[in-house]
Amino acid sequence: MSQAKSRPLLDPTIVRRAIVDAFVKLDPRHQVRNPVMFTVFVGSIITTLIILEGLFVGSSANESLWFIAGISAWLWFTVLFANFAEAMAEGRGKAQAEALKATRQHLSAKKLLEPNLVNESKFEFPGLVHQGDATIVAATDLRSGDLVLVETGDQIPGDGEVVAGVASVDESAITGESAPVIRESGGDRSSVTGGTRVLSDWLVIRITANPGESFLDRMIHLVEGAKRQKTPNEIALSILLSGFTIVFLLACATLLPFSIFSVAELKKVEPNTLATPITITILIALLVCLIPTTIGGLLSAIGIAGMDRMIQANVIAMSGRAVEAAGDVNVLLLDKTGTITLGNRQAVEFIPAEGVAVDKLADAAQLASLADETPEGRSIVVLAKEKYGLRGRDVNKLHATFIPFTAQTRMSGVNLDGRRIRKGSIDAVAAHVAQDGSRLPERVTREAERISRLGGTPLVVAEGSHPLGVIYLKDIVKGGIKERFAEMRTMGIKTVMITGDNPLTAAAIAAEAGVDDFLAEATPEAKLKLIRENQAGGQLVAMTGDGTNDAPALAQADVAVAMNSGTQAAKEAGNMVDLDSNPTKLIEVVQIGKQLLMTRGALTTFSIANDVAKYLAIIPAAFATTYPVLNKLNIMGLATANSAILSAVIFNALIIIALIPLALTGVKYRAASAATLLRDNLLIYGVGGIIVPFIGIKAIDLVLYYTGLAG
Amino acid sequence: MAMLQMVLYLVVLTALVKPLGWYMSRVYQGQPCGLDAVLGWLERGIYALAGTKPDGEMTWRQYAIAVLLLGTLSTLVVYGIQRAQHLLPLNPQSLGAVSPDSSFNTAVSFATNTNWQGYGGETTMSYFTQMLALTVQNFVSAAMGMAVLVAMIRGFTGKQTDKIGDFWVDLTRSTLYILLPLSLILAVVLVSQGVVQTFSPYVTASLIDPAADAEGKPITAQTIAVGPAASQIAIKQLGTNGGGFFNVNSAHPLENPTPVSNFLELISILVIPAALCWTFGEMVGDRRQGWAVYAAMLVLFVPLLALCYWAEQTGNPRLTALGVDQGVSALSSGGNMEGKEVRYGIANSALWATATTAAASGSVNSMHDSFTPLGSLAPMWLMQLGEVIFGGVGSGLYGMLAFAIITVFIAGLMVGRTPEYLGKKIESYEMKMASLVILIPCAVVLIGTAVAVMGPGLEYPGAANSNTGPGKVKSNLNNPGAHGFSEVLYAFSSAGNNNGSAFAGLTANEPFYNTALGLAMWLSRFWLAIPILAIAGSLASKKSVPVTSGTLPTHTPLFVMLLASVVVLVGALTFLPALALGPIVEQLQMISS
Repeated sequence: MSQAKSRPLLDPTIVRRAIVDAFVKLDPRHQVRNPVMFTVFVGSIITTLIILEGLFVGSSANESLWFIAGISAWLWFTVLFANFAEAMAEGRGKAQAEALKATRQHLSAKKLLEPNLVNESKFEFPGLVHQGDATIVAATDLRSGDLVLVETGDQIPGDGEVVAGVASVDESAITGESAPVIRESGGDRSSVTGGTRVLSDWLVIRITANPGESFLDRMIHLVEGAKRQKTPNEIALSILLSGFTIVFLLACATLLPFSIFSVAELKKVEPNTLATPITITILIALLVCLIPTTIGGLLSAIGIAGMDRMIQANVIAMSGRAVEAAGDVNVLLLDKTGTITLGNRQAVEFIPAEGVAVDKLADAAQLASLADETPEGRSIVVLAKEKYGLRGRDVNKLHATFIPFTAQTRMSGVNLDGRRIRKGSIDAVAAHVAQDGSRLPERVTREAERISRLGGTPLVVAEGSHPLGVIYLKDIVKGGIKERFAEMRTMGIKTVMITGDNPLTAAAIAAEAGVDDFLAEATPEAKLKLIRENQAGGQLVAMTGDGTNDAPALAQADVAVAMNSGTQAAKEAGNMVDLDSNPTKLIEVVQIGKQLLMTRGALTTFSIANDVAKYLAIIPAAFATTYPVLNKLNIMGLATANSAILSAVIFNALIIIALIPLALTGVKYRAASAATLLRDNLLIYGVGGIIVPFIGIKAIDLVLYYTGLAG
Repeated sequence: MAMLQMVLYLVVLTALVKPLGWYMSRVYQGQPCGLDAVLGWLERGIYALAGTKPDGEMTWRQYAIAVLLLGTLSTLVVYGIQRAQHLLPLNPQSLGAVSPDSSFNTAVSFATNTNWQGYGGETTMSYFTQMLALTVQNFVSAAMGMAVLVAMIRGFTGKQTDKIGDFWVDLTRSTLYILLPLSLILAVVLVSQGVVQTFSPYVTASLIDPAADAEGKPITAQTIAVGPAASQIAIKQLGTNGGGFFNVNSAHPLENPTPVSNFLELISILVIPAALCWTFGEMVGDRRQGWAVYAAMLVLFVPLLALCYWAEQTGNPRLTALGVDQGVSALSSGGNMEGKEVRYGIANSALWATATTAAASGSVNSMHDSFTPLGSLAPMWLMQLGEVIFGGVGSGLYGMLAFAIITVFIAGLMVGRTPEYLGKKIESYEMKMASLVILIPCAVVLIGTAVAVMGPGLEYPGAANSNTGPGKVKSNLNNPGAHGFSEVLYAFSSAGNNNGSAFAGLTANEPFYNTALGLAMWLSRFWLAIPILAIAGSLASKKSVPVTSGTLPTHTPLFVMLLASVVVLVGALTFLPALALGPIVEQLQMISS
């Protein structure tokens, strides 16, 4: 998976295979799925038949066979280019799928014969295998509910839940993350994925997926895009494009009788006129130029590329529908810890009590924390060093006794040379000093309250019964997160912070991080209720989650990103899995969804805007013999009737190739309001779409004219 | 002066949008509107008689069935009355039964609010037919369009419901509180201007200066057709019907006698379709949306009006080459005056031609066939754009809303969201139906024209005559070449978009055109109303998405321009090849030789 990130846009191996696939996709059964390109396909066949008729039967059309052949060839190219675009998009996914498939080749499993062993707690390990309780079977023979044993060095044969044992597991095959993770029974770390490897110890796993239904299988399936379902928005757009195709089919088909009538009328006045009705070849050329082939040819490539971009971001979307829904999301539920704040609180300030020097407080705080391996404890040592120049001291050399944190005392500290230094929550320290008849000075209580209000955690330090002051532990809001939320707001997306903190603390952090709203003291029920309320108001809600208790909310949310490190239940409930288990990814997911829709819209606009120039190229040329005066509409000054028509057809084919990179990478995305995005994209793809073909067609016409290729 | 008249027209029209729009929104939302205090008993009586409950609601399917039922019934009744008019009263001229094909054509024409007239009114229809068949339909068909529009608006406002209102209630309210009172006022004012309103037989006047007919016999008396015209003209203008009492429609001095009557009739062509935009904005709870749609209509209307006026005022370059002065002078309006009333001049003729084709009215005060090619392209193209620039009462706006749905879809994708309009998500079902709404008129016009020019619409057997023997084969087209093509294209553009205006120059009162145009009118009325109602039903069942800065704004000038561009682009891309072989090539030929 990790190599996916660095894959260039036009990987030579993918290009080579895509060229072959472009021809394979000429199968009518494939073509018929896309009405726009099927129209071109039929046009190519008809023009080919006209050539064959001309070669073997004698031409009924009074135009040169070279011209028909030119048109026909470029129509075939149009079809092939569209096929190529689709094959390119698929190729990128396929390359990834193959890397995944390689990980599960020849997997075998140690299947336990007596599943009730585990339940009866008679489970002794090792020695079990030797007792004949396990047999070696192929991983593909495993069924949901089977129990398997996985030992050091083994690959996990399928998705499942750990029912016994603890092991470190290398999940890099799936996540690209090389650091091993711990998997154990119970809790939120019990889910394992097929294809990953146990690095140490052993696990007994209950398989939860039948062959072909596992996470790896689904992933391969999705990235291959083999049985890709059209997404709702893609279907709606296809309908619109088919509508346009029918309109243009009518406009072109009726042109034949109109033209015959016009010629007949002309012959009444000028019996010797050389005027002839419009030919089938020109009608087909006109039709193909007018129908939205640019977007029609690139539509499926855009969809596949959208899924692919999700995969590049290490997110597996369970369906294209989910990717689309991500673009529509207007409420983001974000867990505070890990998403908005760094996981750990950090000491940022020492606030001494009256009459206590700040250095003394810093010194005591450092001593109390030297042996404290929690991130908070370490941050106190760091602060003392950085701000007060206190070097770290070796606890052992000081002959100090470290007093660890216990649930009873709710304090930790150190005993050293008769000094008893303690640090803990304000309540705990107050109780501690009260034993000696002392109480916390007013300043300490006031500062502790202030810190709470700011969203921080106060730790009170006391030596003996003498309170020294307060350590300010702060929830550190991630750098740049406020700006991202501001971007979200511009795009009309509301951010809601979910936290277990009390409302006071939550409000302070919410204000600092710049989220729009927060849910404090959140329970799974409160989360679910919040989602339902938002949805009832017509909002689309996205969230991340990892625990089993997140599952109901994940199932309810419109876009639910489960962490890969989370439980199987969470992954089942969500419609996306983030392999990096990074909750901030949700923002990226929304952007990828939006970019997908924007790319479709932009290319549709471009495709339709192109038609203006194509009309002005073809109409005068098509009626050159009937109404030479129509040449006044030939504002591009195209050389001859044939070169004009051929240029339009060639432009129409080449523009597909030219836009493949855009379809694969998506249009440039930036956070802005809908009004701004519309204005900018209209300017680029609408106005640009009108202008570009004038230049392109004229340039091709010049080339044809000077090389004499137009005949 | 000409400019001033056109500007005055647009200012007065715009000034009327809000008051009338407000009044109509009260009517449709069942709020007190003033008249209900006076006519409420009648409304309730109608419901009691028909067995409808005023607060009863229909699903979109029930609504569509009611629309179809009324349309079919109307057609049958109008057909029956024409076929039997010689047996019915109020027929002082003893006019005979109308032919089956013409009766079919007229029946469909009036039931669909098209009012294409293959017949000449004063020589074909008895007073009874004019009043009980045609005038009744002028009300009913217009009210039907308004009812369908209101149902569609309810689709936007409905929240997760399958009900879109009651057709019979919407129909009754449209007629009773909007069309009838407005027509009454307009009819009285028109009578004051000299429009005729009488049941007496035609008047014969002795000529002061006798003329001679083709065989040299002296003509000493002229028969002047009269009848209950004012009442029909009022609703013909207000309900975007357009079916004149007399054959030459509002060019007739007894239909349109004075500058005041001309201005009022012009205003009444567009006033209801324009005001409905405001009603729409009010009903969806965001008046800016209504103004945006109105603005999009104006943005398309004004340039085409300008084109038509410019082309007509410039006149015919071939005449200029012959030394004919076509300039404006104190005594002459200048320009191309062929087929125009001297009383109205260029400005009022061009204004009427654009207004009548922008709205699906089809009434005329000049002959569009005699316009310069570019001058006639404006009205023809206005129809081909789908009658959505004001359009028919109700139908114009619902057509425009279908275009808005398509615009929102393309534009919405560009901002990275599943498109939504007025809080409703636009998904594949809406796209399917909106595509049908746009596709059907295009298909009807193009296929109809193609069939006609392949032969069936070029020649017809003339009537057998006891003196000259069996009928000679006659040409339908009065003009050869590109202009002849324009005549056919115009006829199908008119019928296929429920406009009803005629280009003249085409003999259409014969079996082929009566049948083909009749079918065209039927298809483009009801095959559009059904998908529109389907959209309404689908939208009503959806949740309403709240507006955020990520929502595509649909009230901004940018969106107005985008909506106008989509309408133009679809119209241009569909009809450019056909127009190139008609008015465009004709214009190029005219200026190049």
